[in-house]
Amino acid sequence: MSYILEERKKQIARVGGTVKDIDCGKVSLAGSVSQRACVFCGSRVVLYPVADALHIIHGPIGCASYTWDIRGSLSSGPELHRLSFSTDLREKDVVFGGAEKLRQSLDELIDRHKPKAAFVYSTCIVGVIGDDVESVCAQMEQEKGIPVIPVQAPGFQGSKKDGYKIACEAIFKLVGTLDKPTPKYSINILGDFNLAGELWILLEYYKKMGIHVNASITGDGRVDDIRNAHNASLNVVQCSGSMIHLAKMMKEKYDVPFLRVSYFGIEDMSDALYDVAKFFKSEELMDAARKLVREEIGRLIPALVPYKEALSGKRAAIYVGGAFKAISLVKALRLIGMKTVVIGSQTGDKDDYKMIQELCDDDTIIVDDSNPVELSAFVKETKADLFIGGVKERPIAYKIGLGFCDHNHERKEPLAGYDGMLNFAKEVYATCMSPVWKFVK
Amino acid sequence: MQTSTIKKPTYVSSRNACKLCAPLGASLVFKGIEGCIPMIHGSQGCATYIRRYMISHYKEPMDIASSNFSEESTIYGGNRNFVQSIDNIRKQYSPKVMGIASTCLSETIGEDIPALIAEYKDKNQDDTDLPLFVHAATPSYQGTHMDGFHEAVLGAVKSLAEEGEKEMRINLFSGFISPADIRGLKEMMKDFGVKYTLFPDYSESLDNPCWKDYHLIPEGGTPIEEIRAMGKAAGTIEFGTVLNKGSLVGRILNKNGCVSAGEWLQNNFFIENHNMIMPVGIEATDRFMMTMESLTGTKMPEKYILQRGRLVDAYIDSHKYVFGKKAMVYGEEDLVIALCSFLAEIGITPAIIASGGESGILKKELISRSLIDPEKTMIMAGADFESMREMAQEIRPDILIGNSKGYYIARELGVPLVRVGFPVHDRVGGPRIKHLCYEGTQELFDRIVNALLEYKQEHSPVGYKYM
Ligand code: SF4
Ligand code: SF4
Repeated sequence: MSYILEERKKQIARVGGTVKDIDCGKVSLAGSVSQRACVFCGSRVVLYPVADALHIIHGPIGCASYTWDIRGSLSSGPELHRLSFSTDLREKDVVFGGAEKLRQSLDELIDRHKPKAAFVYSTCIVGVIGDDVESVCAQMEQEKGIPVIPVQAPGFQGSKKDGYKIACEAIFKLVGTLDKPTPKYSINILGDFNLAGELWILLEYYKKMGIHVNASITGDGRVDDIRNAHNASLNVVQCSGSMIHLAKMMKEKYDVPFLRVSYFGIEDMSDALYDVAKFFKSEELMDAARKLVREEIGRLIPALVPYKEALSGKRAAIYVGGAFKAISLVKALRLIGMKTVVIGSQTGDKDDYKMIQELCDDDTIIVDDSNPVELSAFVKETKADLFIGGVKERPIAYKIGLGFCDHNHERKEPLAGYDGMLNFAKEVYATCMSPVWKFVK
Repeated sequence: MQTSTIKKPTYVSSRNACKLCAPLGASLVFKGIEGCIPMIHGSQGCATYIRRYMISHYKEPMDIASSNFSEESTIYGGNRNFVQSIDNIRKQYSPKVMGIASTCLSETIGEDIPALIAEYKDKNQDDTDLPLFVHAATPSYQGTHMDGFHEAVLGAVKSLAEEGEKEMRINLFSGFISPADIRGLKEMMKDFGVKYTLFPDYSESLDNPCWKDYHLIPEGGTPIEEIRAMGKAAGTIEFGTVLNKGSLVGRILNKNGCVSAGEWLQNNFFIENHNMIMPVGIEATDRFMMTMESLTGTKMPEKYILQRGRLVDAYIDSHKYVFGKKAMVYGEEDLVIALCSFLAEIGITPAIIASGGESGILKKELISRSLIDPEKTMIMAGADFESMREMAQEIRPDILIGNSKGYYIARELGVPLVRVGFPVHDRVGGPRIKHLCYEGTQELFDRIVNALLEYKQEHSPVGYKYM
């Protein structure tokens, strides 16, 4: 296995094999073409869906250009988040400092767009050139009367995961600054980013159960809802990798308990509803949840049959950002008769990988922070038919004749919830059953 | 409309930038060298973002390594990362060439990449399959992706080209064009029957056929031997008249440098440089063909006479559909200059010409070459998409011609967008779009005419069947 760098061998395991504990949470190896992005990216993806906030990137232009409207996070109202603002630092700013440029930029943009808050991301060189971003933000906050929150996210200071944490801290600064009347059964949804309108599907389910969603953080997010988030009775956390930190902080300071859920696949989706009902200890809610699940599953299962028949026995490789999502995917794939043969994530932790070891069949390859060389070798070795990943994995899969399903930020079809499961089955079916593969096999 | 009355709002901040950062351009060039793997010296994010951005256009695997700076490297220097990175890349990829681009970060902390390369070579003297090294300094606060592109072209030529006895051979620096355009140029070189080096040639490496196994370094790229031979050529043709002059504007610390690769070959190896705008449209292509004829002593092959004839015929058949239309043209400076030259031939007024580039010579180039009527044109240098959008709301162009990032403006105005250049993120086939020479112009012209016809047909109360 010469394609695996010596230093990376501990980040790869096989279910039932000798390596039990995967080494993870490490910085990417120099020279390895990691599929990860940076700290800034982590903070940006989490905060980005807050639609009535101004997001400005303090640094040279690239970091802003590459993240302009990059995610399919939909908003039901304002769309300020879809604009890409940057201070576009030049050499003279690098030499003489960019703080004044930042101040002027904030000044003009806040006046022009009247946002409810501003997030100021500092990227790699800002720390190095020593701009005092904090004090510019404090000054603007005073002048403009809105929260102006520095998000110190230089890419080199850790990994994408650290960026999530920084984003959680930025949101936490908003939480607890506004009190609105909040109904009895109120929850916050954490860690859904409303890709392809997924949040709206969930809102519908909870509404049917009689549950009020107080703040969605951050999908279709609004600053005032976030400020009032502490008044909810429960935080329901999906995508725990990114949002658990916020949930923990809210638990500590505001005594809001949290639940970990996933909205992907039938089992996990149903649990997400039952667990909330259980939490409120309400028979009424539980009955409503049961009714909803019964109806949805009654519709879904027969609809899945033809897909399952066609896909049964096919093999899938999964490489996604968060490990929790990967786990849901394994279960969802089983539902349509498919077997997972490779599973990996950019940011999984020890517990995640343990769960994966228990869940997956023997010989499944488990990998942390992989790269194209490894991934292409793994799918070859395991004879996978399908690859589930993000934009950067797609051409790898296609190039060597594998079906592909986008499970990342750019998808345009919702995959959450019961309808999402059906969409997932359809997409997997479309890519696995297409006649085009006969030309490459 | 009197353009002079329009007030241009000036913002300090960039709002939806119309430019990308320098290492992206350099990586593209490195992809155009045979057996080369690009490495970006800096933190992980830059490389990942650049890969992702390019993948969405080229739809090809895009292995670009990063030396992956940590906090420690940022404080104490990145040489350990540099060495480890090269070692690891060599273990996995065994490249023949390593193309190394710097970033804002590595430049800001003062990394001396040429010295790091020299040190690495020194330490590995006995190593017989040491790759060649090509380096481009690409801090993005000094220029855009185009500056990075030309910096890397120059870097490759400087480190690889060898002087030698002159032979009948042509160098072609074709600039940032599509893989399909590169293939067209190569075919033309063959038709002229001349030896040539086209650089950078990513026509295959960024537009590959399907594979059975994953290829670590995709096929294609200008062969190293051919880059070496550039020093022996009889002449150089260089597309683009702005080239990397933008980075000169961005520089305050180091004001010298900034010759193009063609100029460098001329200054150092005395190879005559024929600099010209990109051949879009008949006149620009004629100029290119005439230069080819005089350099090779061969007449333009029959095939191209026919292509030219068909293009003139098409212009005539459709001239009324396009005449007098107002366009907003945007993108890299050399691209918009070429497009303006073409639009002038068919009677479309480029009412707004915008570029994120800041060479400071865009306006001069357009006017001195008589490509536009300054009275009817608003030129926006260093523009971003929001300023373009505001301008477009006042001037109301009939059509947009540029990359896919302007789609939201076209959508808001309710007018067609003809996608050209890079990136085309919302359609397939970006790498296969042709723009150059008679045939490429033909395709581009047809697309523009059809976009206008479609608009008219869709807005007509009658669903007519003939034009
Ligand atoms: S730091 Fe510089 S090189 Fe890196 S993405 Fe930003 S602009 Fe580009
Ligand atoms: S690593 Fe730094 S410079 Fe590069 S994209 Fe991330 S924040 Fe920007």
